[in-house]
Amino acid sequence: MKFSKAVLALPLLFGLCACKMVVMDPAGDVALQQRNLILLATGLMLLIIVPVISLTLLFALRYRASNIAARYAPDWSHSAPLEFVVWAAPLAIILVLGSVTWVSSHTLDPYRQLDRIAAGRPVPAGVKPLRVQVVALDWKWLFIYPDLGVATVNELAAPIDTPIDFDITSSSVMNSFDAPALAGQIYAMPGMQTRLHAVVNRPGVSEGFSANYSGDGFSGMRFRVEGLRRDDFNRWVTRIRAGGAQLTRADYLRLARPSSAVPIRHYAAVDHGLFSAVVNQCIEPGQACMSAMSAPPYGPVAGRRDPAMSMASGSGMRPGSANGLSLSKGQ
Amino acid sequence: MQNPQHPPLPAGLDFARLLFGRLTWDALPLHEPIVVGTFLVVAAVGLAVLAGVTRYRLWGYLWREWFTSVDHKKIGAMYVILGLVMLLRGFVDALMMRAQQALSFGQSHGFLPPHHYDQLFTAHGVIMIFFVAMPLVVGLMNFVVPLQIGARDVAFPFLNNFSFWMTAGGAVMMMLSLFVGEFASTGWLAYPPLSGLAFSPGVGVDYYIWALQIAGVGTLLSGVNLVATIIKMRAPGMSLMKMPVFAWTALCTNVLIVATFPVLTAVLALLSLDREAGTHFFTNDLGGNPMMYVNLIWIWGHPEVYILILPAFGVFSEIVPTFSRKPLFGYVSMVYATIAITVLSYLVWLHHFFTMGAGGDVNGFFGITTMVISIPTGAKIFNWLFTMYRGRVRLELPMLWTLGFMVTFVIGGMTGVLLAVPAADFVLHNSLFLVAHFHNVIIGGVVFGMFAGINYWFPKAFGFRLDEFWGRVSFGFWLVGFYVAFMPLYVLGLMGVTRRMSHFDDPSLRIWFVIAAVGAGLILLGIVSFVVQIAVSVKNREALRDLTGDPWDARTLEWSTASPPPEYNFAFTPVVHENDAWWDMKARGYQRPSAGYLPIQMPSNTGAGVILAAISVVIGFGLVWHIWWLAAAAGAGLLAAAIGHSFPDAGERVIPVEHVVGVECSRSDMIRSVA
Repeated sequence: MKFSKAVLALPLLFGLCACKMVVMDPAGDVALQQRNLILLATGLMLLIIVPVISLTLLFALRYRASNIAARYAPDWSHSAPLEFVVWAAPLAIILVLGSVTWVSSHTLDPYRQLDRIAAGRPVPAGVKPLRVQVVALDWKWLFIYPDLGVATVNELAAPIDTPIDFDITSSSVMNSFDAPALAGQIYAMPGMQTRLHAVVNRPGVSEGFSANYSGDGFSGMRFRVEGLRRDDFNRWVTRIRAGGAQLTRADYLRLARPSSAVPIRHYAAVDHGLFSAVVNQCIEPGQACMSAMSAPPYGPVAGRRDPAMSMASGSGMRPGSANGLSLSKGQ
Repeated sequence: MQNPQHPPLPAGLDFARLLFGRLTWDALPLHEPIVVGTFLVVAAVGLAVLAGVTRYRLWGYLWREWFTSVDHKKIGAMYVILGLVMLLRGFVDALMMRAQQALSFGQSHGFLPPHHYDQLFTAHGVIMIFFVAMPLVVGLMNFVVPLQIGARDVAFPFLNNFSFWMTAGGAVMMMLSLFVGEFASTGWLAYPPLSGLAFSPGVGVDYYIWALQIAGVGTLLSGVNLVATIIKMRAPGMSLMKMPVFAWTALCTNVLIVATFPVLTAVLALLSLDREAGTHFFTNDLGGNPMMYVNLIWIWGHPEVYILILPAFGVFSEIVPTFSRKPLFGYVSMVYATIAITVLSYLVWLHHFFTMGAGGDVNGFFGITTMVISIPTGAKIFNWLFTMYRGRVRLELPMLWTLGFMVTFVIGGMTGVLLAVPAADFVLHNSLFLVAHFHNVIIGGVVFGMFAGINYWFPKAFGFRLDEFWGRVSFGFWLVGFYVAFMPLYVLGLMGVTRRMSHFDDPSLRIWFVIAAVGAGLILLGIVSFVVQIAVSVKNREALRDLTGDPWDARTLEWSTASPPPEYNFAFTPVVHENDAWWDMKARGYQRPSAGYLPIQMPSNTGAGVILAAISVVIGFGLVWHIWWLAAAAGAGLLAAAIGHSFPDAGERVIPVEHVVGVECSRSDMIRSVA
């Protein structure tokens, strides 16, 4: 992406302010590639936008009615070469941009397992991704670390240079899990599971939030994102385990009640299978799980290539299926 | 209004519930000072208008000449007035949002609680799209198209009147929701499950549904009407490829309306079944799937964007040649670009939710189809550019708005293509960058286009030009105000700020919101200047009078008739030989006929449209508040009134030839007096 370097001056223009543009200066490799894509696309389009704006102002000035010296061609309205240019110029830009789009839609597909942790640095052999299960609640975020057996509310910590696999769902309404410093966003939807793959490359704190409006407490639905060196991360996990708090299903149901701007909470242990129960909407005692109730093709939490998908086919989300009961609702 | 968890009695036995449904005194927001204040202002203005109308004994005149009129010109003007009035409401919402976001930092939570703020941004979006942009666009098409194609009216004049009043009925529902009950707090597209009964038990979403359903009937029928008009009623000689480009864009827009609005009607009907009848189309459980709603609403929603922008493109395609004194460059490619955009607008809806989890193939496909739209759009921009090239460009008001559009719109187009790259969209989606983008194209495209069109055709509609000075002031404030209000939102989007927030913690964001609020203030000055422009123009109308009917030395047929045109538009149906028919007629030394006039048959006015729409509002009100007997009774009334109207009565009348001769001769005298 050499070209993107040419348009690196662009964020500098905005950067005159003292603001921190997380999109322009992200902490993770995926978001960095997305940033480079934004710069490349902007640069490509400026090739046509700048001349158009300049010509508009130039023609308005040069051919203003009072400028009798300018040439006037009262009947001229057609020119085959010009019309060719008129269509070919945007077409050429779109050919290039379309190719970039097609490739990047696949390489930066949020469902794709990462094969590198940064440019020129493939995922080292033996590094296991950190798995994080994300539940959007009204209006806070629950992060379950199934391999570590701990959970947090409104705090997401991860060791640097380690791929992170997010499995994402929602307890009630649609939200969007958005950590712009890491990899952007994917929707969190009730009764369905979406995925996101990311990595954080430098230690530090940034913010995550819901990017899809979800009701009155939406503004307070934010979480802290922290990249930690490996040993710091291990200490963080140890500290949580030492805390001793449990997250049982009953605790989850209490947590799921609407509340906003909730302080960070840590849980040393999590009910096994909680995430799957949330996705299948069978947290409450006596509820039948969607996965148990329905026959294929609506089988257990499906991968995206499941042939029998709903209208948004190709998505990795399962439509809800027959289920007599559901989570308690209401605001 | 809250979800009745434990109704004390079955509704059928509770007399008050039977009579008033969910409607109680609590529905009046007397505890909210902002709403009470708004109500007092609206009530005071409304009473002043009513008093004025009564004082000057205008009721009869308004009823006979305007409300019941089937004249497309008057209906078009009423649409535009409706759009401008609702613009004030939608803009006040915008000012309140800007103020809230500039104030609500850290300890301060601003002056709006979240629930009120959420209703504001929902109402702002709904009003601006459905009750500002749509009436302005439909109004302009209604006024201009029949004149441009040399017709005496639209194909179905009564239907036109009915369509207008249904749109106005939807606007009445919107205004009612402000003072009786509440409006939806779901965002302007009311995604379920949030808009479902479980999470929005109040009347807000029901107001949303019924306001749009009632207005939707009007929009759909006016679409049918204009398609039929353009296909069937063009003047002899005006083949499709000799039609003015505005008529072409109107044709494509109305085809889009006819094809897409039924989708909106259906999806809202399914949502109301979920809410009222216990179905599970879009719920979380029992097989419901909210993703289906998101797909369906955008299958309507994306073509809707082109329904709004295509007529604006048409306006510019009329203005640029007129004010450059040259024919439009590349007419044929302009037409094909319009058609290409029309077709492609159906193939891009998924770009509104790349983030819903579709794979690289699906996202890549919809990203590329979206970009492909920028090719015909780019061709159009170039065609306007080359129309100015070697022209004699007069920088009058319509042309100023057009230049403002050309510079502003391409920036919005660029950010739009950026958002169409799925991998980039993952970091930009739903951020203020997106908000900045669509305001960039809707204000820079549709709003500028409508102001250009209003300045351009106002003399045709009312017989005098709009004041130049205040027009320039208004344009200046709008243009500068737009940039000051929305460029900070691009920056905020890149800072990772998402939309629809009522409170922020990070104080470093604040300066940008303050700048944006200042921009909104500048736009307010632009709107005020526009009102002043109208007032000053009315006051100075004799000095601004257009006696020729052709104040801009323009090119299309609407300028061949008087300003304002007689009710029958053309005493003789014009015969078309070339593109730019009126320019061609002028070039061939057109002489006004002085004899050979015939009596003209025209449709009669009718109050049926007003009555049917008023009954529809009553039905909507009954359905919103669960006053079932009222909805049923009004439904029966609607049926009876519709049947009653369908009996042939004095549906037509004849304008006697003496009257036609009188009108035409006085116009000939007027033209001679100018010459």
